[in-house]
Amino acid sequence: MPAPIRLRELIRTIRTARTQAEEREMIQKECAAIRSSFREEDNTYRCRNVAKLLYMHMLGYPAHFGQLECLKLIASQKFTDKRIGYLGAMLLLDERQDVHLLMTNCIKNDLNHSTQYVQGLALCTLGCMGSSEMCRDLAGEVEKLLKTSNSYLRKKAALCAVHVIRKVPELMEMFLPATKNLLNEKNHGVLHTSVVLLTEMCERSPDMLAHFRKVRILRLLRILGRNDDDSSEAMNDILAQVATNTETSKNVGNAILYETVLTIMDIKSESGLRVLAINILGRFLLNNDKNIRYVALTSLLKTVQTDHNAVQRHRSTIVDCLKDLDVSIKRRAMELSFALVNGNNIRGMMKELLYFLDSCEPEFKADCASGIFLAAEKYAPSKRWHIDTIMRVLTTAGSYVRDDAVPNLIQLITNSVEMHAYTVQRLYKAILGDYSQQPLVQVAAWCIGEYGDLLVSGQCEEEEPIQVTEDEVLDILESVLISNMSTSVTRGYALTAIMKLSTRFTCTVNRIKKVVSIYGSSIDVELQQRAVEYNALFKKYDHMRSALLERMPVMEKVTTNGPTEIVQTNGETEPAPLETKPPPSGPQPTSQANDLLDLLGGNDITPVIPTAPTSKPASAGGELLDLLGDINLTGAPAAAPAPASVPQISQPPFLLDGLSSQPLFNDITTGIPSITAYSKNGLKIEFTFERSNTNPSVTVITIQASNSTELDMTDFVFQAAVPKTFQLQLLSPSSSIVPAFNTGTITQVIKVLNPQKQQLRMRIKLTYNHKGSAMQDLAEVNNFPPQSWQ
Amino acid sequence: MGLSSPGKCCKAGGGLKIRFILIQNRAGKTRLAKWYMQFDDDEKQKLIEEVHAVVTVRDAKHTNFVEFRNFKIIYRRYAGLYFCICVDVNDNNLAYLEAIHNFVEVLNEYFHNVCELDLVFNFYKVYTVVDEMFLAGEIRETSQTKVLKQLLMLQSLE
Repeated sequence: MPAPIRLRELIRTIRTARTQAEEREMIQKECAAIRSSFREEDNTYRCRNVAKLLYMHMLGYPAHFGQLECLKLIASQKFTDKRIGYLGAMLLLDERQDVHLLMTNCIKNDLNHSTQYVQGLALCTLGCMGSSEMCRDLAGEVEKLLKTSNSYLRKKAALCAVHVIRKVPELMEMFLPATKNLLNEKNHGVLHTSVVLLTEMCERSPDMLAHFRKVRILRLLRILGRNDDDSSEAMNDILAQVATNTETSKNVGNAILYETVLTIMDIKSESGLRVLAINILGRFLLNNDKNIRYVALTSLLKTVQTDHNAVQRHRSTIVDCLKDLDVSIKRRAMELSFALVNGNNIRGMMKELLYFLDSCEPEFKADCASGIFLAAEKYAPSKRWHIDTIMRVLTTAGSYVRDDAVPNLIQLITNSVEMHAYTVQRLYKAILGDYSQQPLVQVAAWCIGEYGDLLVSGQCEEEEPIQVTEDEVLDILESVLISNMSTSVTRGYALTAIMKLSTRFTCTVNRIKKVVSIYGSSIDVELQQRAVEYNALFKKYDHMRSALLERMPVMEKVTTNGPTEIVQTNGETEPAPLETKPPPSGPQPTSQANDLLDLLGGNDITPVIPTAPTSKPASAGGELLDLLGDINLTGAPAAAPAPASVPQISQPPFLLDGLSSQPLFNDITTGIPSITAYSKNGLKIEFTFERSNTNPSVTVITIQASNSTELDMTDFVFQAAVPKTFQLQLLSPSSSIVPAFNTGTITQVIKVLNPQKQQLRMRIKLTYNHKGSAMQDLAEVNNFPPQSWQ
Repeated sequence: MGLSSPGKCCKAGGGLKIRFILIQNRAGKTRLAKWYMQFDDDEKQKLIEEVHAVVTVRDAKHTNFVEFRNFKIIYRRYAGLYFCICVDVNDNNLAYLEAIHNFVEVLNEYFHNVCELDLVFNFYKVYTVVDEMFLAGEIRETSQTKVLKQLLMLQSLE
């Protein structure tokens, strides 16, 4: 067989391949050659062949048939062979193949080799891929090498020991004596690696901490000082020294400083030191290198909760980072800015944040908008400012705001009564130019519908009132309706707004009627329904119209968590005048009543139809529902928290009473004696009783099934039946296996309703598997104590 | 630019520091892959592809740190090669950045103005350099002079 080609040749040949297929072909050919060469057991060329194999492996081709060859190379005496052999071992072998154990002996010999390079190779391999068995076998050798006079080897041995400890933590003690000496090293490299070793040990075992109290090395300090006040104090001076003396002109210095900062943050340092750390971070923020700015922002984000004031001082620098080019820096800066907003700096910060919102990438806009809303809500200095801010957000990033921003804003506006005129004017001006941003248009439409009269009468105090006619207002609303950009929801808003204006405007009622009737045949079902209903309002129910379309009252907020869902409890209510209305003649057919309800609900805010009638605080909505009779409200999308007594639950009422949130059971000493209801074939069932506090007809029985035989009873099912005058409810059992030798029980709860206070009787049926056969039994329980049912 | 004072580059801590070191070119070909953690072959391949995808889309105005799965990748681009080190999220980014630069400088010295082809044809030597500077997932040697001396000695044995 001709001599196998050299590695360089192979590489060159493969690189000339122009397609993937060509390359694959070459590789396969070469692999075949290598395989036959391996079969010939040729020592001279093995090294070359394995090297080629490794190259092909790096390209992504399978090379595992070379594993044994690597072992042979390791066992060879030539250094070059060993080197390729170990490299191959590290690349091709891993713990999961048994082959690697064969290496153990070779490594052991090599660890004791005369040449330090061979020893180094062995240590390296062991340190990178030694399995736990190998580590156990070879730990002794490694430990010996820790004490050798050769510093090169000591370094490698130290890190190898780290790997050993990671794999087999129990061996840590073995290395302890050696490491004590390592700490007094003069050789810096060795010192470094031994610190690594020590830290690894310390992290794993807190007892080691006592040994190393005086050690003055940065990272180690951090771990030591984590929860220990004494060592923290000792460290304060050192850290301060390091922090001030390290020069920062090179990145190396920055890395050290950064490590120092991290250490200071982790240990219980005094506040002066922490401020120093934060100032270092602040200086980092001004650095030209974006990497340094990034790590500074990340760390500041972590500390802003605890050291808020110190971080505040760097606020302007942080805000400047908002204009950075790198996306991840901008994101960190944005998060940090929101964390720093407070009542004092809200105006300035908001200006910057709004500017950021204008110019940032789309992926940020949603988060930024939500953040701004939150901050504005918490710290708004005045209502006008709040409304202005929200409007600004809507105009700049209107399409990115979250869906719940619209109802929040509407609620905010409603509650700022004195700002109505100003708000509606600004909103009108905003959509006059551009009505493509849906949230903005929705809010504007709603407001115009509500406060259109203020708009046309020019009542604004806050700024120059504009002259608007009713027709102009209707023009804009109609354009919204027609526009292709408006979504169905927006159109709904617009239509309802137009309708509302029929009671606020004086001269354009006919126009409104016309618009509404046109949409009665719209393809959009939602719009069509509304239009039809509003038409009906004009025709049959004109007497109700003005009352129905009255101004909305101030809404109560249920949850105040910023842009979370606000439950509109009485948002859909109509004010008092409704009570004086004459009740509609005769019982309303359900569908029409639903229509009316829909009108009142007016899907303006959130499509919530209050399903909670009487139990809510006396709201006119409740009365209205009463007026309309007992309508089945299950069809309505309900976001309101329905209290327990919603009418359509079909369970027997007593269970609901029993299910009140307070614990049904009073304390254990109820005084009702328990009974053994059944005892046969080793199975015993006991009943314990409790009476409900809230409902005297309810008795709660807890059964406990126990098994005194030597085999478990499986698939245990307990069933019970009571006479017709009683009602029974069986809750689910704790398990279906009754363990043998009374080692455990199955518990199950039965609720019995006994309104006629008759004597309690019960028939029970038990089915279970025992000793391999299915068992079944029926029994009657008659020995209920009188206190359980009287 | 060796770091000379003691302890200035400590990287220790509970658990593995470096998960793997990768050298890839822009096209995605791996020039070196050193793994300090156990992975299956197909996992390794997947990781390589993911790293390539994440790192090649970034340009000069991005930072050199990328969040990757539940780790972090510190990378640096030299001509057409990306040198990537995968570490824990809590590690010191700047220090590993230094380590990469240190490593590249050693390669440069050793191969006399190193280029990608040098790494291709002498891949086994590159592994030796890696093993001299990193071991068991930790930074082992930071002094360039020492490493170069070692490497020249090893070369003389061939």
